[in-house]
This record gives sequence, C-alpha cells and structure tokens, in this order.
Amino acid sequence: MIAVLGQFTLSLAAACALLLLLVPLWGIHTGRWRAINLGGPLAYAQGVLLAVSFTALTVAFVQDAFYVIYVSQHSNSALPLAYKIAAVWGGHEGSLLLWVFILSLWTVAVARFSTGLPRMTRARVLAVLGAVAFGFDVFILLTSNPFRLFASDYPIDGADLNPLLQDPGLVVHPPMLYMGYVGFSVAFAFALAALLEGRIDTLWARWVRPWTLAAWMFLTIGITLGSWWAYYELGWGGWWFWDPVENASFMPWLLGTALLHSLAATEKRGVFKAWTTLLAIAAFSFSLLGTFLVRSGVLTSVHAFANDPVRGTYILVFLAVVVGVSLTLFAVRAHAVTVHAWFDYASRETLFLVNNLLLVVAAFSILFGTLQPIIAEAVGWGKVSVGAPYFNVVFNAIMTPLIVLVGMGPLSRWRQMELAEIVRRLRWSGLLALALALLVPWVLPDTPQKVNWQLGLGVFLAVWAFGGQVTDMLRRTQNFTRRRSLGMAYVGMYLAHIGLALAVFGVVLSSHLSIERNIRLAPGEETRIAGYRFVFETLKTVPGPNYLAQRGAFKVFRGDRLEAELHPEKRRYGASGKTMTEAAIDWGLTRDVYVALGEPQQGGQGWSLRIYVKPFVRWIWIGGICMALGGLLAMLDRRYRRRSRYMTEEVA
Amino acid sequence: MKPARKRRLIFLLAILTGFSIAIALMLVALKDNISLFYSPSQVASGEAPVGPLIRVGGLVVAGSVHRDHEGTRVQFDITDKAHSVTVVYDDILPDLFREGQGIVALGHLQANGQFVATEVLAKHDETYMSPEVADAIKKAEAKARGMSVDELEKARKP
Repeated sequence: MIAVLGQFTLSLAAACALLLLLVPLWGIHTGRWRAINLGGPLAYAQGVLLAVSFTALTVAFVQDAFYVIYVSQHSNSALPLAYKIAAVWGGHEGSLLLWVFILSLWTVAVARFSTGLPRMTRARVLAVLGAVAFGFDVFILLTSNPFRLFASDYPIDGADLNPLLQDPGLVVHPPMLYMGYVGFSVAFAFALAALLEGRIDTLWARWVRPWTLAAWMFLTIGITLGSWWAYYELGWGGWWFWDPVENASFMPWLLGTALLHSLAATEKRGVFKAWTTLLAIAAFSFSLLGTFLVRSGVLTSVHAFANDPVRGTYILVFLAVVVGVSLTLFAVRAHAVTVHAWFDYASRETLFLVNNLLLVVAAFSILFGTLQPIIAEAVGWGKVSVGAPYFNVVFNAIMTPLIVLVGMGPLSRWRQMELAEIVRRLRWSGLLALALALLVPWVLPDTPQKVNWQLGLGVFLAVWAFGGQVTDMLRRTQNFTRRRSLGMAYVGMYLAHIGLALAVFGVVLSSHLSIERNIRLAPGEETRIAGYRFVFETLKTVPGPNYLAQRGAFKVFRGDRLEAELHPEKRRYGASGKTMTEAAIDWGLTRDVYVALGEPQQGGQGWSLRIYVKPFVRWIWIGGICMALGGLLAMLDRRYRRRSRYMTEEVA
Repeated sequence: MKPARKRRLIFLLAILTGFSIAIALMLVALKDNISLFYSPSQVASGEAPVGPLIRVGGLVVAGSVHRDHEGTRVQFDITDKAHSVTVVYDDILPDLFREGQGIVALGHLQANGQFVATEVLAKHDETYMSPEVADAIKKAEAKARGMSVDELEKARKP
C-alpha cells in the first residue's frame, strides 16, 4: 500500500526533524561534538524520508489510487498524466507536503554547502530548520494528512482536479513559489543562529546573501508565473488582483528585497546588523503569515482551498511561537550585534535605509489592507472588503520615490558622496526620461484621449531607472584600468534593476492604454476595436481529453494585413461539470490581442465576447524574468564561491 | 547636543515623518475604497445606503437570469431566502456563475431598488459558499423563525 508507505515515511520524517532540532542544540549545550555533528546526517535522512513520502503521494495519483481521500478529491482517471502529477499539489494537504518536502531540500542544501561554516553555527542553523520542519510535519499529520484512506467504500472515480489548475503554468507555479517562500527559512535560520551566538559580521552577511538571493529568485519566478497564469487563464485579462493570496506572496517578496539590500550594506560596511536580522525574521514570518491567511479561511479569497478552523488555529499558534521566540531572542541579543558606523546623510547607506523603509512600509500597507476585513469585523464595523484602488493608490505612492532611488542607487558611494556629482552624471538619463515622458503618450496611436499625468510619470520613472543602470554601467566599464571584469554581482544588480524598469513600463502602459470591450457577436460578424478588425468566423464543438470545448475561430486584421488567428475556447469538464474559459492571445512585444468567449446568447447564434488590446503587457513578465535572472547572476558571483576558504581561515 | 546624537535624532524625525505620511495616505485611501456587505433583507428594509460602493450577496434565484438580446447586459435576482434584490450587470459573468449558487456583487444601489454591479464574484470552488452569503441566509432564516442566530444553530444541532 503506497499510502501507508507515504504516511510511515512522513511520520519518520517528523521524528527526524525533532531530532534535528534537539540533538545538535543539546550537543552545543553539553559540549558533545558527536551530537553537534549529527545535524548533517539528520538533515540528509529527513530529505530522503520526505522524498519517499512525496513520491508515494505522486505514485498514488499516477495509479489512480482513489481509496486515498485526497487523491479522490483532486484527480480523475481521465486526467492527463502531467496534470495527475501536478494534482499532487492541487489541494491543501498535498501542497503542504510539497512545502515540507521543499524545506527538507533547502535543509539538505544548507547541510551540503555549509561545511565551511564553524560547526556550531552550522548545527544551530540546521536545528532552526529542523524546528520549522517539525512544526509543519505535525501540522500535516494532525490536521491535513494527504494519506488518509476511506474507511469503507471508496468512489470508483475521482472528483477531478479543478479545471483552472489544469494548465502548464500551474504545474510549475506552486513549486517555484514555495521554493521562494520556504527559501527564506534559510535566512531566518542564519539570523537566529547569529542571535544565539551573539555575533554578526561581514562574513555572516556574505554567507546569507546567496541563500537569500536564491529564495528571492524563486519567489520572483513564482510571482511572475502566477501573474502570467492569472492573465491568460482566469479569463478576464487582469494580471494582478490584490487578492489576499497574491498579497501573501508579495509581502515576503518586498521584505526579501529589503533584506537583500540591507544584507549588502551589512556585508560591505558592517552597518544595519540588527535591522538585517529583524528583516530576515520578518521575511520568513510573512511567509508563514501568508500560509495562515491562505489556509485558515479567515479571508475570502478566490484562491482559498477548503477551509478548516482547526488548521487556521494551528498555523496561528505556530506563527505566534515562531514570531514570539525570534523576537524575544532579538530583544535579548540584538544589542550584541549593533554597531555605530559613521555615514553621511548623502551616502549609499542612507539610500539603502530609505529603500528599506519604503519596502517595509509598502509591505505593511499591503498587510493593513489585506487584514482590514478582519480588523473591521473585530471592531464591529461590519463586513467590509478593501478594493484594488486602495492598494493601487498606496502602493504606487510608495513605489514612486523608490524607483527614483533605483535610478540613482548604483551611482552612489558608501560613507559619503557628492550629490552634485550624481546629478551631473544623471543629467542625460534624466533629460531622456523627461523627453520620453512627454513624448510617449502622444506618439502612441489610437489612444490620445487617455493621456494623463500618471502615464507620463510612469514612463519617466521607468526610463529614469533604466537610464541610471546604463549610466553607471558605462562609467564603471570606462574606468576599468585593471583587467578585472565588472563582477557578476554588479551585472546581476543591473539586470534586476532593468527588469524592474521594464516591468514598470509594462504596468504603466498596459494599465493606461489598454482597450477592453465586451461585445456580442455571432459567427460571420465582425467588429473594429483600436484599429484592429476582429472577424468571428466559425464556432465548433471540439472534444478534449477530459472535456468538451466550444471553439471559436477569429481572424484579426490590421488594415488589410492578417495579424493573428485566434481560437478561444469554452470548456466543459466531464467529471466535475465545471466550465472554463480559455482565452486566445496573440502576443507581441508592443501589444497583446486577447479574445475570450463569454456566454452564448439565449436562443441565438451570438456570443458575448471579451476583446482586449493590451499594449506592452508582456513587458511586465519579461521584467520579472530579468529580475529573477539578475538574482541568479548575483548569486553566482565569485566571492561566494571563495567563502569556504575565508571561513577556514577564520576558524583557524 | 553631540553631533552623533543630533544625527540620530534627525534620522529618527525623518523616519517618523515618513511613516506619518504613509499612514495618513493609507487611511485616506482606505476610506474611499472600503465597501460594506449588505444582505438582500437589509436592502429590502432600507438599511443599505443608496449611492456608495457596497456589496450585496445571496443565492441566484432560479429562472431570474435575463440576458439582453443586443448587448452584454445581464439582469438577475439574488436572495437570502427571505427577500431578494435585482442585480444589473453589464459585463460577462464569471464561469462559476449559476442559478442557485451564492454570489457576491460589488456596485451601487439605485433609488429604484436595483443594484448596479461593477463586479460579480463567484467562488472558484462550486461547493463553497462565501461566508458572507451563508451568514446572510442564516440571519434571514433566524429572523423568519423569530430566533437569534445562536438559537437557530442550537435548534439545528441534534
């Protein structure tokens, strides 16, 4: 019985995690090296056990083991194989198993790549990771066991995976997002270990940076994929909804971004040490909070899985313990790590400080908006919901100064700098940004009526941020007299900042210049929207592997030239009876053309349709990819690979 | 004051000013973008305000869905099993919109008692009803029976 194997290995993994928490710490307490050194083997053992457990659940899905409750709820014999595998994390229980499995992978990675660390530090880091894993193992075993079997009769076939999740994007999105979420546990563990030791130095920061970069990179990919999926799969063409679950992934991302910058200051200048540890704690706590918000059902979200108050309570208690313990530790030990390093008002340190404050305020303003329904209900204002405009207004207002800083940041200097010099260096980039901000709204065709100051400001910010990177890149490569190259960390930073600029450009242009029409058309009819001619040619019924689709055929002309042939579908899934809209999108660098089928006309041939023309919307995700790539490049910087030598020197 | 202290004070003041601006901004933005939930019974009794952005929720009444023959306008009734409200929506309904299912509509109540929706939300999961809708139905039933919600819950338990 595959389910029994999965359950058994999961229980063993929980025991293993508990040992990982206790044994090394006990070893440190009593000075037993053998116990301290057990951290590594226990981490590997936990990884193997969870890998077996996760594989067992996957096999149960592949074999259509519908006597397992979770499998019967989220799969169906007609489901294509790839989606049977993706269905493993298509529900609450399985996604949590994926959560701990990924945590165990990070733990193994830490055990593998941290052999250069002082052994006590390594043991403490692994113990903290063990504690987190134990908390989640117990949570799964007590409240969300994916291996539970039907007591007697079980269904012949499963209820099927939610059709929304039957999509290639959703196969990769959750694992990436979880890699990011869970990855912040490493920075968190390093922070707690440092507080326990009462010592943070630049070497510590150099150790934590690649791990944080890795987690941040995965989270960036996860969020980008999620946004892209929402755009083409949810059927209404939006790419961000400020839904509680989206916010839950975005808050750790903002804090993680703040942490990356603060770590840079800690590594280079030894400043902001206490603040950096606090951010590391906060980034992981927000990941846990996100899990709580999603799983507990306290917030109405389009993403929420089946809700259960017990689960919510457990995670809330777990969160309280994690935050409580780490903040207490912080309060007791933070003074040991604070330093007073001098820096001028005009310095890179100040820019980083402002960057951090803006990012943290942004994260908290999103938290405030997300939790407002709970707060309001508790205070007795009734059942309120906070609309997207709140988030748009507040977030944009906070991001505007941040993006101005992004354009200046690379040119700034540590300790002290001449503002006049920066202004002088950035004059061309500033002039270009200003010129484009004034020009772009007028040059773009079809939409002069929508021109407004926000569009101009957005273009200015994007070009300014981009120009700052290019200016600095030119300056640094010109001044090179030595043979040394720029360094991957710098290249990564430029790429990530440029990605941000591209994303801002895409967001601003697609938000202000998109044309969206809902219209009723019958096959044979046509309409003109934003300079395009849409011809609805035919509508056919087409069978799919586990659904029946109404498939429309559209031709899109610009002038006389055929721009695209689009085939939007309305699918009806057999097992669940659910309908799904599959939008058809012709993508391009400067515009996306989007057609989705709405509803058939009662007693007629017509269909209501959504037809969108969205300029530059792709740039949002291209920007996201650039940011993630930037993170990857920075992670590959040479100095992180030389670290084991530094460490051995320090220990010796 | 020592220069180091003075410097720290200036930093602190700058941070505090920044935070105050941010919080003021958040509160102003929140005030304009918050929407209260009303049940069809509350709309019928005149408790729901005409004009501001609100949400109403309930079950879609079977047979009440009428689509325009020309445009994309849809009209339907939602109920908490005691009273119902007519909702008008000029957009495409979500895939999970069905007769008999719980939905929440965001929009404005008109003086004529119609609710003009700018957004209609149906859950991705069909078996799940928005807690607000479930609550509204429970309250309406309790009122019809002359009980409080707690009494109704107790009466339901075996």
